[in-house]
Amino acid sequence: MMSESAADGSPSGVSGFVEDWASDKQAYNVPWGKAMMWIFLVSDTFIFTCFLTGYLNVRLTTTEPWPLQTEIFALTLFGQSVPLVLIAIMTFILITSSGSMALAVNFGYRRDKTKTFWLMVITAMLGASFVGMQAFEWTKLIQEGVRPWTNPFGAAQFGSVFFMVTGFHGLHVTGGVIYLLVVATKIRKGHYDKKGFEIVEITGLYWHFVDLVWVFIFAFFYLL
Amino acid sequence: MSSEVGQQHPLGIYYKIWILLFVLSGFSYAVDYFHVEGALRWFLVILFMTLKAGFILSIFMHVVWERLALVWTILGPPIVLIFFISFMAIEGRYTEGTRYQYRGDDPTLQPLSPSDLHHEETDDSSVIDH
Repeated sequence: MMSESAADGSPSGVSGFVEDWASDKQAYNVPWGKAMMWIFLVSDTFIFTCFLTGYLNVRLTTTEPWPLQTEIFALTLFGQSVPLVLIAIMTFILITSSGSMALAVNFGYRRDKTKTFWLMVITAMLGASFVGMQAFEWTKLIQEGVRPWTNPFGAAQFGSVFFMVTGFHGLHVTGGVIYLLVVATKIRKGHYDKKGFEIVEITGLYWHFVDLVWVFIFAFFYLL
Repeated sequence: MSSEVGQQHPLGIYYKIWILLFVLSGFSYAVDYFHVEGALRWFLVILFMTLKAGFILSIFMHVVWERLALVWTILGPPIVLIFFISFMAIEGRYTEGTRYQYRGDDPTLQPLSPSDLHHEETDDSSVIDH
């Protein structure tokens, strides 16, 4: 279960790990596009780690009180203030899109082009609605006077971290929506009929990574 | 041919993980909704976060089914980064302490909540309305 034997009969597990790295051969037994996407995602992890490190350090060092996220991100629904409700909806939308993407990858390998196309379009639409809600949230905060250099609630660093982190993640989602739509269109046109459908899995890796980053932002930035 | 190279698994596991992710997100939201505070809040939020990240990474991104050569390329650097994040956070706590101690900053300051500020705004808007 942990790792499958390679197609050329190399052993699995730790001895396979040593053999893959030590032998004079291709180290990764995956299509090159997938290996490159993984390398890109690991380097992207470094960027988000810089943000997380900076955010935690700035939040802990400042002696000004940190604003109460749970009240700032509350929305009034039916005359009642519900904490973090928009963020919760955005979280559920992103998880839904991750699930539809996982199904798209599966149907891609089954060569079911119609289902793959529509599942990818659904994923992209969910992603676009996520960006729309983020735009709404930014508008609301800007109207309340939150700026990258100041805000009326507490420590000034709150604004810079908020716009930096959610903005960078939002850019990733926007890029992902475009990427998904391009690949989905190419699938429908039959560009991958001969090459195979690894491209859906590669696109899926990117999309799941965007969801993964949001899991960390949701925890560290909104809940803690 | 492509199915030998690609990751092909029964659909059931995706549905199960999908539901699990919803449940875990519900749990983390409940932590905030029921105002769990202090160390328990940090513990629960980070626990649910780690579980969610683990399931996305292992099942949706197929890492459990990859060979270890790729798995450790993916997981190695982030594991080192966890130490980096923790060290900088510990250092942050220390810096905060020195600022209270030597600069005389006030440790009792409380953040303002939006409801404190909205009060004035609603007064203003009622003036404009009339």
